[in-house]
Amino acid sequence: MSFSILGTGMYVPPRIVTNEDMSKIVDTNDEWIMQRVGVKERHISEHETAAEMGCKAALAALENSGVKKEEIDLILAASVSGESISPSVSCMIQNLLGVHCMTMDINAACSAFVFMLETAAGFFARGRAKKILVIGAERLSRIVDWEDRGTCVIFGDGAGAVVLGEGDNYLDSVFDVKGGDNVIDIPQFQGKSPFFHREAKKPYIHMKGQETFKFAVTAICRDTKELLERNGLTFDDISYIVPHQANKRIIDFASVMLKIPKEKFYVNIDRYGNTSSASIPIALDEMNHKGLLKRGDLLLLPAFGGGLASAACIVRW
Amino acid sequence: MVFEKIAALLAEKLECEVSEIKPETKFGDLGIDSLDVMELLMSLEDELGTEIEMGENKVETVADLVAMIESKQN
Repeated sequence: MSFSILGTGMYVPPRIVTNEDMSKIVDTNDEWIMQRVGVKERHISEHETAAEMGCKAALAALENSGVKKEEIDLILAASVSGESISPSVSCMIQNLLGVHCMTMDINAACSAFVFMLETAAGFFARGRAKKILVIGAERLSRIVDWEDRGTCVIFGDGAGAVVLGEGDNYLDSVFDVKGGDNVIDIPQFQGKSPFFHREAKKPYIHMKGQETFKFAVTAICRDTKELLERNGLTFDDISYIVPHQANKRIIDFASVMLKIPKEKFYVNIDRYGNTSSASIPIALDEMNHKGLLKRGDLLLLPAFGGGLASAACIVRW
Repeated sequence: MVFEKIAALLAEKLECEVSEIKPETKFGDLGIDSLDVMELLMSLEDELGTEIEMGENKVETVADLVAMIESKQN
């Protein structure tokens, strides 16, 4: 027993910020951003929090699934950009939904969606839940350094959600963590302790581009190949690879290294930027509404990000 | 050896003659950005079957990349 995906939902804030808009904030231009990252525009929140966006995505997923919010036994949420450390984003989503159930956040940065699916699968396997809401919700505009042209152009805000029910459609998964803050780091506010004497890091997203690129491409290639091999599958058996949308260049080069056509990958980073834990569920919801997914289709979901953590899974639609 | 491999990979990527790639050629002048350099490095790792850590090395020219890879091989 694992689960089936019963429905999907997403929400992005209405304000669209184009590359031309970005060029008025930092020294950049459309050509540079498109070539280096592959982002054309991103949605940026003007007043909604990560939890508020997460709640809207959750409501859309509930509607799509036909499941009533009162039926939800567990809310799993992920965010690196929630307003508060406590209450967690999942607590605030529960509050906004007006339901009563267990909630918890999973912190695995951009890989969190797959970590949440794995956690959910465990609850189903133990018979502890019949319906689970899984949500990635991010207001990354809160934690990007708007003076750093290398990073602020990459990210966007938004939320994606899925409703899971009992089933057997989570086929397999792999996880890998190489703990360290050298390549990607999002420090917290250091506080004002008069006794703590380490130099404060700026509480923004810090990322080394080349190392992140290599880590990400390596993770996609290694994890997808391992999953296919141990399940006796090939890329021909997979309808779509739906990767975390971190950078178009990562996806393009992974397709070169894996020797599979780019069309096998679902890509929407051009319209949303990197939305961290929300990117895979946003992509799934778009695909669902475009009618790209048929019952029985096998999807490969590779994710990678801060931690450094990476993960991938195969789900049957 | 390493230079020839890099030159061949670069020529293929840039769709130019191999002879146009010189050791002193700067990646920036070829319109090659830092992620392209990583792609080159990873393609070479694949061919050579070894992992090459960038570390703190500054790689501006083709010769810089050759030197870095050769130092890791020895």
